[in-house]
Amino acid sequence: MDPTSHAFPANVERALADRSLQEALARTAAGFPKKRLEGIATLPEFELVRDQATAIREHVLDHLDWYLERFAAQVEAAGGTVHWCADAAAARAAVLNICQQAGARSVTKGKSMIGEEIAINDHLEAHGITPVETDLGEYIIQLRGEAPSHIVAPALHVSRPQVAAAFREHHLGLPRERPLETPRELLDEARAVLRDRFLAADVGITGANMLVAETGSTLIVTNEGNGDLTQTLPRVHVVLASIEKVVPTLEDASTLLRVLARSITGQEQTAYTTFSTGPRRADDPDGPEAFHVVLLDNGRSRLLGTPARAILRCIRCGACLGHCPVYGAVGGHAYGWVYSGPMGAALTPGLLGLPEAQHLAHASTLCGRCEAVCPVRIPIPAILRYWRGQSWTQGWPGGLPRLGLRAWAWLARRPRAYRRVTALTARLLRRGAGPALARLPGLAGWSATRDLPVSEGSTFLAQWQARRHDR
Amino acid sequence: MSGREQILARIRDALGRGPLDAAGAATLAARLQAPSANRLPAASRGDRATLLRRFAAKVRRAEATLVPLETLAEVPQAVAQRFPQADAVRVAPHPDLASLAWPAAGLAASLGPARADDRLGVSRAYAAVAESGTLVLCSGPASPTTLNFLPDCHVVVVHAADVAGAYEAVWARLREQADSAAFLPRTVNWITGPSRTADIEQTLYLGIHGPRQLHVLLVGTGLVELLEEGG
Repeated sequence: MDPTSHAFPANVERALADRSLQEALARTAAGFPKKRLEGIATLPEFELVRDQATAIREHVLDHLDWYLERFAAQVEAAGGTVHWCADAAAARAAVLNICQQAGARSVTKGKSMIGEEIAINDHLEAHGITPVETDLGEYIIQLRGEAPSHIVAPALHVSRPQVAAAFREHHLGLPRERPLETPRELLDEARAVLRDRFLAADVGITGANMLVAETGSTLIVTNEGNGDLTQTLPRVHVVLASIEKVVPTLEDASTLLRVLARSITGQEQTAYTTFSTGPRRADDPDGPEAFHVVLLDNGRSRLLGTPARAILRCIRCGACLGHCPVYGAVGGHAYGWVYSGPMGAALTPGLLGLPEAQHLAHASTLCGRCEAVCPVRIPIPAILRYWRGQSWTQGWPGGLPRLGLRAWAWLARRPRAYRRVTALTARLLRRGAGPALARLPGLAGWSATRDLPVSEGSTFLAQWQARRHDR
Repeated sequence: MSGREQILARIRDALGRGPLDAAGAATLAARLQAPSANRLPAASRGDRATLLRRFAAKVRRAEATLVPLETLAEVPQAVAQRFPQADAVRVAPHPDLASLAWPAAGLAASLGPARADDRLGVSRAYAAVAESGTLVLCSGPASPTTLNFLPDCHVVVVHAADVAGAYEAVWARLREQADSAAFLPRTVNWITGPSRTADIEQTLYLGIHGPRQLHVLLVGTGLVELLEEGG
């Protein structure tokens, strides 16, 4: 998928005008915060567990090289293979090679953000291999030729009639006049169609929520059970994971699992949490004969040495998306790439570079709700400010905005001049007619949807001084 | 440079150090050698009766059903009662389950991994976790993983003695019972309720790819009375 993060302002215009998207966002706005609160209520120790979860992720980042080597050694000891991939191209080549070695024609996929990041579906298709997404949300957007609009709920933007239309278009061979309106009818049809795909697949590709260094296990968290059919039925199981996903022990994984689902769906655990260690054993009656882990760096190691490093703690729960006023207004596609919402705005500039993604760092009011709900306490506003600073140093924004910001910075560092200018402005505004100004010369874009309230006549500081003298 | 060397070099560069020294590595290795639990929630503590009652309540909260039984022998009848339409059942080849009187309950039982069109599967849990109502199933000759996911309805038999408070107790038991350093089976499945999705308009529906129904049979002496009096 070619990123369009550089076109963020245009993407936003489109998103705001998209009625179906706006309805979907309105429908889900209250849901996630409510579910999270219900989930937290089942764990009175939530804040403490959050602290420990944060400490575990920081500890891993401090020793990432050692934990990765240990993880890889344990995968190999269990009979699996690890593929170290410095960038997306290397990961694509590794996956294709595994599929070709297995003589694969059909591949099922569990939900994987890394799969989206390296655009593995396009690559497999270009080489004559059919990838089938099996998470219902991912399947829907695959049929529609779209990217996910939410890291946990990829088809959040799609309405029920749109799902039905996609099924009618792509599920050929079923009766044309079949009823397909209720959610149950849609689910049953998806279940039946995908069941055949699961059984036919030669290779199953899943993501990984965590990698356990102690045992060489990969771990997925799902509600549908698609990730399990994906990895159990085919001959080969391929896991796509980024390097920062490693955790030390099963105990550490358990701690993180106590805050992961709670933070987004409010569940104590999702329906299925699966720990996979190597291929099937000699006396196992089922399971894959081969197990591959594709480890992707793709810019993360570089991020590790920057002030944005804390975004690598992220466990992809999606809580920040569901609590962000900006995400809630424009949805995920506006962010222009795989990761959206606050975590996407903090991560994407690190993976794609500022020239592509610097808009995202500005797509925030810095209200701090994302940090407040993050289960691993990532200071997302601070990271966004860091990216803003970096892009300023690289000369963006330029032109008039830059001049304006320079003038503001000059003034803000000189209290006396600041007071004089604000007092003068307040007095000038007071001369205007009404209680608010509807149009501002030179700031038409800003005032198109807002009025500027006119000041009461003097600044706060001036009023404060006056009252002090009165006493 | 191989991908591995390249990635490790970049990480060390970013961390501003070379490979960990021997002492540093030994500290980390020790942590993995003797893993210790982090904070355990209060919901994972309590006497047997409390934990069993909590387990039953949490299983039901996760949209599964649960019936307490006094003995294993009651299992086939309990399965037939819960699924009166069923006449065939795929049973995990576990000694606890294989020897039961399935035909007497009107069920034709076949042992082994699940097939695509199985309606009903029965497995035996390795353990269960009270704090969240989670079943723990370990793959192996007596527990095919496909049974957990392919059948429309999944019955899981849990021994009351195998109900732990927290996940950590189950990891400890797995380590203890292993005869080698590799103590995990190929697959450990935590199962908390039946398959579900909210991918259509963010509304939750049960039964997408995995079992539409999950039924837990909790077996142990005195359980029927215990779970009834406590609610």
